[in-house]
Amino acid sequence: MRRHLILGVLGFISAACLLGQRGGPAAIKATIEGVPEISFTTTPNLLKLPPGEYLGESVAVATNSKGHIFVYHRSANTRLFEFDQNGNFVKEIGAGYYGFEFAHSVRVDKDDNIWTVDEGTNMVTKFSPDGKVLMVLGRRPPAVVGMLAAPPGPNAPAQKYIFCRPTDVGWDPQGNIFISDGYCNNRVVKYDKNGRFIAQAGSEKAGSAMGQFNLPHGLQVDGQGRVWVADRSNNRYQVLDNDLKPIREITNLGVGWTVCISQGPHQYAFLSNSNPNGNQPGTWDVSGEIYKAELDGPVLGKFGHPGKLAPGFQVVHMMDCRNPNELIAGEIESWRVQKLNLQPVKGDKK
Amino acid sequence: MNRLVLAVLLLGAASLNAQTEIRFDSTPDALQLPAGVYFGEVAGVATNSRGDVFVYTRTGHPTLSLGTARPFAHGGSRLFEFDKTGKFVREVGKDSYGFMYASQIRIDPADNLWVVDQMSNMVMKFDPQGRVAMLLGRKAESENVPARGNPNNTGAGQQTDLFNGPSDVAWDAAGNIFVADGLGNSRIAKFDKEGKFVKSWGKKGSGQGEFNMLTSLAVDAQNNVYAADMGNKRIQVFDDDGNFKTAISGVNSPAALCLTKGANAVLYVSNTNPPEDIDHDGEIYKMKLDGTVLGKFGRAGKLPKEFGTVNAIDCRNENTLYVGEIGNLRVQKLMLH
Repeated sequence: MRRHLILGVLGFISAACLLGQRGGPAAIKATIEGVPEISFTTTPNLLKLPPGEYLGESVAVATNSKGHIFVYHRSANTRLFEFDQNGNFVKEIGAGYYGFEFAHSVRVDKDDNIWTVDEGTNMVTKFSPDGKVLMVLGRRPPAVVGMLAAPPGPNAPAQKYIFCRPTDVGWDPQGNIFISDGYCNNRVVKYDKNGRFIAQAGSEKAGSAMGQFNLPHGLQVDGQGRVWVADRSNNRYQVLDNDLKPIREITNLGVGWTVCISQGPHQYAFLSNSNPNGNQPGTWDVSGEIYKAELDGPVLGKFGHPGKLAPGFQVVHMMDCRNPNELIAGEIESWRVQKLNLQPVKGDKK
Repeated sequence: MNRLVLAVLLLGAASLNAQTEIRFDSTPDALQLPAGVYFGEVAGVATNSRGDVFVYTRTGHPTLSLGTARPFAHGGSRLFEFDKTGKFVREVGKDSYGFMYASQIRIDPADNLWVVDQMSNMVMKFDPQGRVAMLLGRKAESENVPARGNPNNTGAGQQTDLFNGPSDVAWDAAGNIFVADGLGNSRIAKFDKEGKFVKSWGKKGSGQGEFNMLTSLAVDAQNNVYAADMGNKRIQVFDDDGNFKTAISGVNSPAALCLTKGANAVLYVSNTNPPEDIDHDGEIYKMKLDGTVLGKFGRAGKLPKEFGTVNAIDCRNENTLYVGEIGNLRVQKLMLH
């Protein structure tokens, strides 16, 4: 009895340790059935780096209106590179910048400003197309505080203008700013275009009810101003209205790692059930695919599977889908960006 | 009696409401950085007699070396010089041992640059050519990891130039040096012009001569020392021996001070908003040296003409101010009308 108790406690501790690594090794099998495969080709060596330059973990990728590709990646220092539409290196933006420490997301707004979300500095930065800092949201923890930027214990109450490992950024057609925040807060925050707080959904506490989050990991806003959130540790996506009231959840597409909404009059959602970091045995069999869906619900198709070599995916962290037939995917564990040309699927609106 | 008190209070409130709003503009792109160089949090901005502009900024990444006998930290802040038109001139003190977490820069009447660093705990005097001329304080040889504060620190410091979170520096007419040793300690330390320790006063607290977040210093032509006692929501005024004279309140959280020169000197004071709140405070006051408010301008925010946690004001020219912001990673050049 006593022995069972001890084993039980040990078991509980080890389970807690696994769960304690947020978004840890568990792969989540999507429960949706009968989704057709979308065939695709890949261009794995799309980006031509200058001699001596390398990509690190390529967690973030985005394009601007000219098709230029921005990669925000974890190199020895976190760096932001710009390539043209053919993959030729154009320039580096923000070398040595105060807001760069650990890349998480890059997105480009309708005016081609480049926004970086850094979960090391807790800063979201708006760069002009030529790389000048136009606005910052959040604040880097002061270095004088020392090595304990996040003290142990429960999360401190979320503050209007301070983030805790933020993950992604998006804008509605009016220019309001939406930020998913993040690994230690569990909320989505709305600001006006000048950076003034309007509202938040969720809080510092994780939760699983509608309008609560457990690691909101990716965010996009569609043409109607609805906010799509990849609610990763709740294994779902939530769609919120423009005032951050929940509209619906999507629970049958696996983990809910990242989301991309294509542009143009008919928008599609791309939703990634990314294979988890660590490549634990069995995870490649049940996860790693990306879904293409109509914004109002129907899932049109899926594509991709895990693998070390292209066109396999090694933890897709973010997608660009400005053109819904030409997806650009940034992966964590391959230090790679792939361009995926998708075949149109049945049900696609022309 | 009560009615009289009420009337006086109402009058006081009315005069506060009537504070003149000073009209002003912000010059776009006042300082032009070279491609690929960025401001981080701008802790200090100051001009010299030629109008050159110096910016001491937290550019980030104070780094800790691994695989060493003790944890050594280095880097993190840079000092940039611009000419009066805003053109980039040079970097001063590149890779300096003492540049870690920018606190302030001030320029003395002989155009020497005085750089205050909150993490290396040093006050570094550079001559106008950018050579090290004198040092106060010493950077800790290595860091405590994890960081350790001392909750029992009274803030009074030691009778030396060993600082704990210095925030500002100023001089009197004789060249005596005053250091606001005010973010870890809570004191003002006085040195003679050759850097010899004279005395220090103050400790943590809210009484006269005590401080809570001593963020900024200024000395007027009569050698009165103005100390922004931010946490106590007041500016304390001392003679240059440290004797308390008066306190000025009414500026909610005074954090950055600048005193103009000349016969009719005025004091600029920022009611600095904390980085976590841009919905209140943030305005800058212009006042007489007795604390009478002449006007105010601006508010917290991220747009031009708004302020994000002002930490420095330069007022060599009374109507052309440079303002350094922590929250917005920028310097604004303001023209007051």
